[in-house]
Amino acid sequence: MGDPAFWILQTLNAVQFSLLLFLMSVGLTVIFGLLHFVNLAHGSLYMMGAFVGVSIATTTGSYWIAFALAPVVVMAIGAALYLGLIRRQRRSSPMNQVLITFGLVFIFLDVARIFWGDIALGLEVPAALAGSVHILSVDYPAYRLFTIGLGLIVLIALTYVLDGTGIGAMIRASVENETMAAAIGINAERLFFVIFCIGCALAGLAGVVAAPIFSAATGMGIAMLVPTLIVVVIGGLGSLKGAIAGAFTVGFVETFGAAIIPDFASVLVYVLLAAILIFRPSGLIPARG
Amino acid sequence: MKIAISRLTLAAALTSILGANAALAEVKVGLLLPASGPYAALGKEITDGFMLAIEESGLKDIKVINEDTEAKPPVGLAKARKLVLEDEVDVLSGVVSSGVLGAIRDFVDGSKVPLIVSNAGNDSATGESCSKYITRVSFSNGQVNRPMGQWMYDKGIRKVYALAPDYAAGHEQIDAFKKTFTAAGGQVIGEEYTPFGKTEDFGPFLTNAQAAKPDAVYVFYAGGEAIKFTKQYHSFGLDKSIPLFGSGFLTSSLYVKSEGEAANGVTTSLHYVPTLDTPENKAFTAAFQKKAGHAPSEYAVQGYDAGRLLTEALKAGASGREALAAALPKVKYTGPRGPLEIDPATNNVVQNVYIYKTVQKGEDFTQEILATVPSVKDEPNGCKM
Repeated sequence: MGDPAFWILQTLNAVQFSLLLFLMSVGLTVIFGLLHFVNLAHGSLYMMGAFVGVSIATTTGSYWIAFALAPVVVMAIGAALYLGLIRRQRRSSPMNQVLITFGLVFIFLDVARIFWGDIALGLEVPAALAGSVHILSVDYPAYRLFTIGLGLIVLIALTYVLDGTGIGAMIRASVENETMAAAIGINAERLFFVIFCIGCALAGLAGVVAAPIFSAATGMGIAMLVPTLIVVVIGGLGSLKGAIAGAFTVGFVETFGAAIIPDFASVLVYVLLAAILIFRPSGLIPARG
Repeated sequence: MKIAISRLTLAAALTSILGANAALAEVKVGLLLPASGPYAALGKEITDGFMLAIEESGLKDIKVINEDTEAKPPVGLAKARKLVLEDEVDVLSGVVSSGVLGAIRDFVDGSKVPLIVSNAGNDSATGESCSKYITRVSFSNGQVNRPMGQWMYDKGIRKVYALAPDYAAGHEQIDAFKKTFTAAGGQVIGEEYTPFGKTEDFGPFLTNAQAAKPDAVYVFYAGGEAIKFTKQYHSFGLDKSIPLFGSGFLTSSLYVKSEGEAANGVTTSLHYVPTLDTPENKAFTAAFQKKAGHAPSEYAVQGYDAGRLLTEALKAGASGREALAAALPKVKYTGPRGPLEIDPATNNVVQNVYIYKTVQKGEDFTQEILATVPSVKDEPNGCKM
């Protein structure tokens, strides 16, 4: 373990996992911050992204078409969910929201079983990203480097949109004080719809990007939902910077936990969650000051 | 007139009921298998194999009642109770999850209903908590891994790093390998147990294994975890420098296609290999292909042999729970996986274990058998019949 290559590799593992968590949680946290809506079906949309991606890739023979289309398909599913169900439930109590979206989790699970079966489906890494790249004196899988790059691009783009554009200002204003934002002429309803769709598309993107590494399986949505919720709670509900901080905290704790003290790996992140809830109940970087 | 007719119909109805009663000499089988949850695909495969054996036997009066265990111990126990108390089945078969087998063991033993286990491999079920009512025709966790220790040592492998999911089967499978490998003179230089069902990213564990610089990595993973593990092992390029070994569930023919090129060259051991070149296996493979639309996996064979055990016992004249329980362990034949018999000391199957390499040929996969270890038998491990 004194080998520097070991630490470089594990750091790359941690960064890669953190950015995947970020892709998942940013949608969930912004939807929560803006709409005050708890969407437990977010993990199912991630699963749909993976399965739709596998189907598109096997039909067309190209990973890149799947990469481009799967988030769009998942966004369409998200839009249908929003218009058909979630818009009506926006004002209902959190318990109702949790029950409804928890029900959706099971519906999506069985839909996936009917269409794609019970055996996990593999997706080959695109030829251009097969093999390893020599970086920082270690060999690292090219595809994992690609997911790091993609995560960073999304992170920078979202930060820019939220901090540097008019739409970003509208979103921040609506998170801060919805009534006041509406009073100064922001069409909150339309804004919510757009944000919800983008959040779903990001979950779909995470799914199709994860599929070549994790394969597409019916259980993946639920498996990913738990760490994603932990990221959102640790980072602070509704905040983009919180999602970044939370994703990196959980990603590094999980990875180095597994690497150094594997016996406690699965407990560590919960200990961290408990500590945050006790000492900083609103999260590391809360949305509202 | 009307009354006469209704009397007649009544009489007819009565005779038909009596007739049905006479035909109730039929045998009722309760199949306890998961039809939903993570092991649903295995449940389907085992059911197909079981039904094939019933059809092939030519016995007409076997009634099969399916119950979904969801691979959850409390659900499995409730369904076992329902089958025994409500449906009054003569015999139970199935059980994929060792957790479910553990949960129903006392009930099965206490109600004296014979159970033919067609998957769950926990060593204790035919060890310290064995029962004369429980006959296992699938495998035990120790049985499929033990032969690998000596074999790998003989191939010049001295230092091994072991990985498995952190639950009973993971520990039992690795322990069995470790015991024979260290007895042969090899050394397990590191082992880690990954959170079961919660590990998506094996990257940190693979990096640890790589850093330990072993001659080989030995693992037990099954189902979705097997697919994820092999793919990630391959994507890190570990397979180029450190060959991957394990128990054969790692590259089961049921899902080897999902693993793609990552499965190529992996060497594993198991009680069944689809490419076994025997007339029994060729006939079975053809029949199963026709029935299920794909080549059989070890799960299909386990289902088939569970059905075969039952039909052979019935053909030998056994009827009723007690007689079946006594007859089942006496069945002996050469089936798809080779010679098969039940060890009277434990009621566990005695069978060949095959060591083989998975080889990719275009889109398809085939298994190259490297060694056959005949008649592998478990020690009684505290079993008192």
